This record gives sequence, C-alpha cells and structure tokens, in this order.
Amino acid sequence: MKRPIRVLVAKPGLDGHDRGAKVIARAFKDAGMEVIYTGLRQTPEQIVEAAIQEDVDVIALSILSGAHNTLFPKIMNLLKCRGAEDIMVIAGGIIPDEDIPFLKSVGIKEIFTPGTPTSKAVEYVIENVKV
Amino acid sequence: MREVDLENLLLKRDKRAIAKAITMAENGDTKVYEMIKNLYNNTGKAYVIGITGPPGVGKSTLTNEIARFLLKDNNSVGILAVDPTSLFSGGAILGDRVRMSDIALDENIYIRSMGTRGKLGGLAKATRASIHILDIVGMDYIIVETSGVGQSEIDIVKASDTNVMVLSPDMGDDIQAIKSGIMEIGDIFVVNKSDREGADKTAAEINFMLDLNSKSNWRPPVLEVSALYRKGCDTLLYKIKEHRHYLEKTGGLKERRLKNLRWEILEIIIDNLMKDLSEKISQENIDELINTEYAGLTNPYMIAESIYKNLKEGFK
Amino acid sequence: MKDEDYIGKIKEESSKWLYQCVDKVKEKYPERKEKFMTSSGIEIKNIYTPDNIADLNYLNDLGFPGQYPFTRGVQPTMYRGRFWTMRQYAGFGTAEESNARYKYLLSQGQTGLSIAFDLPTQIGYDSDHPMAEGEVGKVGVAVDSLLDMEVLFEGIPLDKVSTSMTINAPAAVLLAMYIVVAEKQGVYLDKLEGTIQNDILKEYIARGTYIFPIEPSLRLTTDIFKYCSEYIPKWNTISISGYHIREAGATAVQEIAFTLANGIEYVNAALKAGLNIDDFAPRLSFFFSAHSDLLEEVAKFRAARRMWARIMKERFNAKNLKSMMLRFHTQTGGSTLTAQQPDNNIVRVALQALAAVLGGTQSLHTNSRDEALALPSEDSVKIALRTQQIIAYESGVCDTPDPLAGSYYVEYLTDQIEDKALQYIKKIDELGGAACAISNGFIQKEIQDSAYRYQKEIEKGERIIVGLNKFKSEEKYHGNLLKVDPQVGEMQKEKLRKLKTQRDNEEVKRRLSELKEAACGQENLMPKIIDAVRVYATLGEICDVLRSVFGEYRENIIL
Ligand code: B12
Ligand SMILES: Nc1nc2c(ncn2[C@@H]2O[C@H](COP(=O)(O)OP(=O)(O)O)[C@@H](O)[C@H]2O)c(=O)[nH]1
Ligand SMILES: [Mg+2]
Repeated sequence: MKRPIRVLVAKPGLDGHDRGAKVIARAFKDAGMEVIYTGLRQTPEQIVEAAIQEDVDVIALSILSGAHNTLFPKIMNLLKCRGAEDIMVIAGGIIPDEDIPFLKSVGIKEIFTPGTPTSKAVEYVIENVKV
Repeated sequence: MREVDLENLLLKRDKRAIAKAITMAENGDTKVYEMIKNLYNNTGKAYVIGITGPPGVGKSTLTNEIARFLLKDNNSVGILAVDPTSLFSGGAILGDRVRMSDIALDENIYIRSMGTRGKLGGLAKATRASIHILDIVGMDYIIVETSGVGQSEIDIVKASDTNVMVLSPDMGDDIQAIKSGIMEIGDIFVVNKSDREGADKTAAEINFMLDLNSKSNWRPPVLEVSALYRKGCDTLLYKIKEHRHYLEKTGGLKERRLKNLRWEILEIIIDNLMKDLSEKISQENIDELINTEYAGLTNPYMIAESIYKNLKEGFK
Repeated sequence: MKDEDYIGKIKEESSKWLYQCVDKVKEKYPERKEKFMTSSGIEIKNIYTPDNIADLNYLNDLGFPGQYPFTRGVQPTMYRGRFWTMRQYAGFGTAEESNARYKYLLSQGQTGLSIAFDLPTQIGYDSDHPMAEGEVGKVGVAVDSLLDMEVLFEGIPLDKVSTSMTINAPAAVLLAMYIVVAEKQGVYLDKLEGTIQNDILKEYIARGTYIFPIEPSLRLTTDIFKYCSEYIPKWNTISISGYHIREAGATAVQEIAFTLANGIEYVNAALKAGLNIDDFAPRLSFFFSAHSDLLEEVAKFRAARRMWARIMKERFNAKNLKSMMLRFHTQTGGSTLTAQQPDNNIVRVALQALAAVLGGTQSLHTNSRDEALALPSEDSVKIALRTQQIIAYESGVCDTPDPLAGSYYVEYLTDQIEDKALQYIKKIDELGGAACAISNGFIQKEIQDSAYRYQKEIEKGERIIVGLNKFKSEEKYHGNLLKVDPQVGEMQKEKLRKLKTQRDNEEVKRRLSELKEAACGQENLMPKIIDAVRVYATLGEICDVLRSVFGEYRENIIL
C-alpha cells in the first residue's frame, strides 16, 4: 500500500536562515510527502522528540550558521539513545566540503549544499525510504 | 517492532510505540485494529476535547495553553492536530506543532500531526483509531485540533466529549457565513484574540444566536480569550471541566459516547465495505464492462444496477 | 514639449514601427523569449518612448537632487561632493580578532565600520547559555558585556569613525555599551556618528533574531528614538531594512513595499508614544539590497525615495525636508551569489554595486566572491572593496547625479514599481498595518511564495544563473576560506566566569531590579539599561530581565 513519506524539516540552533528550509519543505510537500516544520531555534532534544512522536521517515536538517559540527553529532547521538537510529537524517545549507566526511561518519546520510536542485533532494528521499 | 512488543510498550506509554501504532492506523494496517481490539479494556478513561474553528483563529495556540494547564495539574495529555492534505500532490505541511514547542518535551505529553489524506469533515481517517490508542496508553485528556477548513467540520462532534468552537474578532463577515452551521456543534464558544478590537462585539453576536437556538439544558458559554497572551485560558479549562461535570451528572456523557459509538461502528462498516468494493470494482473494471458486456449502452442506471446486483451476489 | 500632438505622433509612429519593422523581423528571427519580465513580474515591452511616461511631471515627480520628492537623490551634489561611505560588514570570533579586522579595513581605505555580532549576542544570550553552544563567535563577534565592547573598539577613536551595528532585538543594550565606551574614551555623545539597525519588524518577517513579542519590542524601538533625539543627535536610530526581506526571497517591489510599510508602522508607534514627527523622522535611515537586474534596481531605489517623501509629507504631515529624505545603505544581493565558479561572483557584485551607485546610495557593502562558501576571507574582502573604489574613481558614473533620469524605460519602471508597491501598502493598511500583517503571516507568505517561484524558475531553466544551470564546469575554488577558531566559545565562557567574580555583583543585582521595575512601567528604558551595562551586567542578564516582563515572540509559519 502506498503511503506518504513523513519528513521533519528542522532548523537546529540559533540560525535564522529559513529560506532554504521552507523551499525544501514545499518541494517535499509538492512531491506528496507529509512535512512537519517546527520553525527556528530547535534544540537537538526537541528535534529528536518531534521526530519520534511524529514517526517520521526522514529528518531533514537545514543549517547555514556554521554550528553543524556541534549540533549534528548531538542529534545523531540522541537518536541512538532513543533507539531511533532507523530514521534517516539528511542535511543541507552552508556546510564546507571538508566537514562532510566527519558529518557522514556520525551518521548523516547525505548533505545537499547551495545550488542543489530541490528535485535532487526529493529523488534522494524517495529512493532511500522504504515505503 | 513485533506486535506483542508493541502492545507491551504501548501499555508502558512508550512514545515511539504510540507513534508507530498511529502510523499503522494512518496507513490502514489492519494489525493495529487487532491490537486495539486486544487492548480495548484499557479504554474509556480519557476525556476527549475537540478544538475546532476556521484556519488561523488560534486553535493550535489555544491547544498549547490548555495542555499546559492540564500538565500543571499532573494530567497526561495526548494531542492530535489535523491539517489539510493537498488534493493535488497528496502532500501536506503539518504546522500545528510549531505552537506547541514549549510543552513538547514534557514527559506526560504526546503530540501527533496528521494530514487529512483526502477525508472531509475536519478529521483524518485515522483520528478515531488514534484516540483509542491514546486512551489505551492511559492519557487523561486527549485534545483533537481539527483541520480548520471551514463549515463542514462536524466529525469532531462525533468523536469528542466536549467540543470547543474557536472564533476570532478579525473574521469580519466570515462569521456571518459560518454562524448558522456552527451553533449546534460547540459546547463552549471561544472568541480568541480578544486582545484585538471587536471581541466584545463578536461575543455578543454569538450569544444572541445561542439564545435563539438553545435547546438543551446546557447553554454553551461564550468566553473571551487571548491564547497568545495567555489570558482567559484558565477560565476555559474551568468551563470544560464544568461541562464534563454536567455531562457526568446528567448521564449525558454516557449518552453522547453511545451516540459516538454508533457513528463509529457505522463508519467502520462503511469503510470496510468501501475497501471490499474497491477491491472488486475499479475504474478499469468498469471500462472493461462498458466495452464488453454492455457495449453500446450508455444508460448509467442500467449499467450500475446490473453491476451492483452482481456485487451483492459476491458479498453473499 | 508634452503636447497631445507630439505624443500622438509618437504613438502612431511606434505602432507603425512595431507593425512594419519588428513584426517582420520577428517572423524570421523570433525573439529569445515569448515574454520579457523583470524580477518583480513587470512585463518589458519592445520599446519605450515618451508615450510611456507622458504623465510624468518633471517638477512634481522628479524634481532636483536634494529637493522634494528626492527621486533624483537626497543631496544636491550627490557624488560630485563626496562618494558614498564604503562600509564592509565584518566581525567574527573574539573582540580581539574583530578589532584587528576593523583596523585592517580602515587602513585599506574603508570609511566606516560595520559590526557583525554572533547569533547568541543578537538573540540576547550570553556565551555560556546552553542555546549558544556551537554558535559563539561563529558568524560575528561575541559580545557578552561592556568588557568585550571595550576591546572591540580599542584604539579606534569613536569620534573619528562612523559605526554601524547590526543589532535589533537587544539594540538598546549594545547601544548602551557603545555609549559607555565613548564616555570612557572621553568622547562627547553629540560627536557619535553611526547607526543601529534596531528594526525588529523585519526580524519577524525575514531575519529571525527576534526576542520579545511585537508590542514591547516597538516600545524599545521608540525608547531609543526618544533617547537619541535628546542625547545623540547624529545617530541613526534605526535602519529600516529591505535587505533581509529581499534576501529571504522577495521581489524588488515586495522589498520596498514591505520596508516602507514597516517604516510607516515605526512612525505610527513613535507618534503614539508622543514623539513629534520632525524630531525623530530625520534620523530614520533605510537599508536595501541590490540585485543584478540593473535597471530595475535603479528604478527601485528612485521609486522608494519618491514614495517615502510623499508618505512623510502627505500621510504624516512632516514639515522638515530631512524627515522626507530616504537615506539608505545598500548591500549587494548575497542570494544571487553562487558556490559554483565563485569568481563569477566578482562580476555580479560589480553590476549590483553599480546599480546601487546609479540609484544614489549613501553607503555600500559589496559582497565577497566566497559569499556562498564561508564568511569572507581577507583576500576576497579586498577585491570587494576595490570593486567599489573602481566604480567610484574610474567609471565616471559619479560625476553627475542620477544619470539615468529621463530614460523612458527607467522612468517607466520607476512608476510601475511605485504603483505596485503602493498596492501592497494599501493592502497592508487594510490588514491593520505591518504589525498585523506580520502577526497573521501575510507578509511572510508573500515572500515565501516568491522564494519558491524563484527556486522553481532556476530548476526549470526559465531563469539562467551562469555557472549554476548553464555554462557549468566542475572546478574547485582556489582561494583560502576563513576559518573561525573553535575555541572562541570556551574563551568567552572563561571571560564571563572571571567577570562575574570581579564585578560588584550587589550593584549588578540592584541595577537589574531597577530595570525590571522600569520595564513593568512606562518610563524610557535606555537610562536604566545604560546603568546596568556600566556596572558590567551582561547582555544575557539584561535580556533575561526583559524576557521575564515582556515574554517571548513565537513565529507564525504559513507555508
Ligand atoms: C539569504 C541569506 C541571508 C538572509 C536570510 C533570509 C532567510 N529568512 O532565510 C538574511 C539577509 C536575513 C541573512 C542574515 C544573516 N546571514 Co546570511 N546568507 C544568506 C545567503 C546570501 C543566501 C542563503 C539562501 O537563502 N540561499 C537560497 C536558499 C534557497 O538556498 P540554501 O539555503 O543554500 O538552500 C539550498 C541548499 O543549501 C539546500 N538545502 C538547504 N537546507 C537544506 C536542508 C535539506 C534537508 C536539504 C535536502 C537541502 C537543503 O537546498 C536549498 C536549495 O538548493 C547566504 C550566502 C549564500 N549565497 O548562500 C548567507 C550566509 C548563509 N549568511 C551568513 C551570515 C553570517 C548571516 C548573519 C548571521 C550575519 C550576521 N552576523 O548577522 C545574518 C543573521 C541570520 C540569522 N538570523 O541567522 C553567512 C554564514 C557563514 C557561515 N556559515 O560560515 C553566509 C554564508 C554569507 C557569508 N558568506 O558570510 N542571510
Ligand atoms: N493577537 C493574537 N494572536 C493570536 C492569538 N492566538 C493565536 N494568535 C496568532 O494567530 C495565528 C494563528 O494561530 P494558530 O494557533 O496557528 O491558529 P490555527 O490555525 O487556528 O491553529 C498565529 O500567528 C498566532 O500567534 C491571540 O490570542 N491573540
Ligand atoms: Mg493549527
């Protein structure tokens, strides 16, 4: 049975850049997904809790403020503690190439940097979530 | 997660388990109905509050405030927040949770956003099952926020114990249009955003309509509230409890739940029928029939009658 | 000149030309596109003639530079007198590092400072707040107390520079620190020149560093207006900003419409607080973005000036000409710059800077080529600054004011943009003003729709971005990227810990409780905040006091 993919689009930390997150959220919606967007200034705890309660397939993190190396590992760690490592985590925003291997090593599946068409992110999610 | 584990985890009010069970209900996974059947003895304790009203009047903000008060009194609270699913893409932006971020981390709360997924009437198809799940896990209160699409949001009346109808002073002429339809469905009326001008006037209009229409012994109160500035929400909760007390005292609660039960049974049956039907007959079969058996015919009554007769045979 | 016959003749001739020449050519060689549009969705015709601006009344609608309605510029001589202020936005890491960068920029011929604060500072958290983890010093300088501010301006005489501070929700606190630093340097307050952004409405709309709900925030804004009009007469008390609105995705029309609507809201708030229009309006300043659609941008700046002049005169009955002048800072459009082939950005920035200068800006920040990669490196900032200097000294466009005036196309666009922006302002008035239009999400929704449309246009190839969706090539960027020292957070925490053992904590407590009392009442909060800052109460402590009285804003999301 075909069901909509559920995605949590989240803005961790104090970063206020939400243009990209909102664009991505709409692209996911237009691709038939159910998108939960929780707004700015989310702590890792809030993100993980929302992801669990909403039973999402994907957490889509967007960050442009440079705090990714601190915040992303925290989120991944909390997911593990809650036994929710099966939720796929992807991310985008201003993330320097040199940080990507580290972020992938803590479990972020894919990272989409500026200039990526939203269709690419959509395709990636559809391909990687088992519906 | 295996079903047995899921059942056990549900009884421990494990949030991940609740989430998984609701997902199963949303996706029409029949295993969840078995589970609800098994655990149905645990239901009946939760009190269900409906929050309904047009988009943007402050339902989510108000839900957050009510939940905050309930949590303070050591209650556990489940929230189901319904938003409309896009007819074009089947996708949805579920945005109610944004207003509930200050309670979202409380141990005694569970919040779930649901898309209507094509269902009309203000609730999602799985909302009722989700209410049962939250009841089973032992939530003291369940708050259901409807999708807020307009006048036809009557399903909540058939699923709640107390229904709160939310309006706001900045609705202007819209209020005239919806007033007629909504007067029957509110047990309590809230004029939210009373920090803005015109709340008194809106409240007076509603009171006037209620005086004209009131049939039962419970005369719905009309409250001026500002959810954003946290004014009047304590009174609202007090009124909800008063309504509950009234229902319990008069036997109305039993009666109401029985009525809701009837609705639900009917809905489940219709649902099952629809499912069976859609397995037996689809657009393609009809096309095929038109092209073969009924070739040349265009009379819809005749074709439908004939197909229906065959179907009925099939059900027997 | 504009008599009926003359226009009639032109009309006749141009339809003849269209029919006889253009259509014929088009048959053989079709145009590149079916429709040509500006970024704001204004359709561009094949030709513009005096007919398109037949209604333009030179004296009423354009006038002369330095004269009402200021369409042609706010000073009579414009850049013949003095170039705009070249002001690069900068700040990162600790106060010490940023201080060094400012001194470098001044040594390179920059003429004003522009301070970028880190996010915890902008949101009123000290560096040791849990929410600040990973953010301290990352995208701007961390300022926790007067101590940091003293270091930030060490060796920079405050009566010799003009300083712009991008600070909004806690603007009053940072301004208070600046004032106390000036006092300590022995500089009189009436000598201080500069700007605080102090524009909270656009934070709710587009920038995200809000703290308090709308109403108490507007009170802080007007408290600053009042205080400055008395004590710091040369200070720009607000920079009403379209830049962030534009960068969040708005079109040129939306940018000026929403910015001026915010401006109207501030004026209303100040009038309601009992201020006199001509006492504060001359110190209102503006901030816009410059994108690559050069002529539309020039028209936008001209339209904005004319609109504001008329709003101030006709709607608010301002009498002082200075109240009617829209003076503005410009930053080139960051969101037009790509991570792909970053050197191309140098050219984009040059075009955009040119638009700002042709549009008559008072100061300018040019973005760096590494904009989409990281905070700008020193090398990249230098090119960006040189770009301004080349326009100023080599291009010749500065030698006469408003050189594009009278172009049929530019005047037509100016009118069109004004019309469309006025329609928005009318709509916002109907909704009850900008504050209402923000709290019900109208403005945000309009911007998001534009942002999404823009993104889709790029993805469908309807809008070409060189190096991104056409003329692509895989190449790595060779320049250096700026790296912020990850230790800043720990250093700031340690500084705070030390500060709290060394200052007079009793005095801090006393000042903070005085502030709380004042916040509960009606009096101007500036003096109380200055008192608190002076005894080294931290930014976080002061904002916490205000949070406890005012509450916090929650964003409205309608996607
Ligand atoms: C627009 C913008 C702003 C706007 C933001 C408006 C808004 N509401 O979003 C404004 C002007 C307000 C702004 C302000 C600031 N900005 Co700014 N901003 C930019 C800018 C120019 C473009 C970002 C953008 O929106 N692009 C368009 C969108 C659609 O693209 P995007 O966000 O990159 O998203 C795309 C992909 O990255 C990806 N993606 C993004 N997220 C996700 C998530 C998932 C799951 C997926 C699949 C994909 C994905 O898909 C999107 C589509 O392609 C960038 C530079 C640049 N060119 O990238 C600087 C930039 C991000 N800003 C920067 C800074 C420093 C700031 C400030 C902090 C400055 C200050 N000190 O005050 C402020 C404060 C902002 C705040 N509150 O946090 C720095 C960050 C530096 C760093 N990380 O090291 C940058 C890189 C500029 C620079 N070089 O200095 N900014
Ligand atoms: N002025 C005012 N605004 C409110 C109040 N309650 C909610 N709002 C605002 O109204 C908007 C819609 O609120 P929301 O709770 O999402 O409404 P819903 O669509 O009915 O769920 C948000 O911007 C809220 O901040 C209130 O009491 N007063
Ligand atoms: Mg809602």
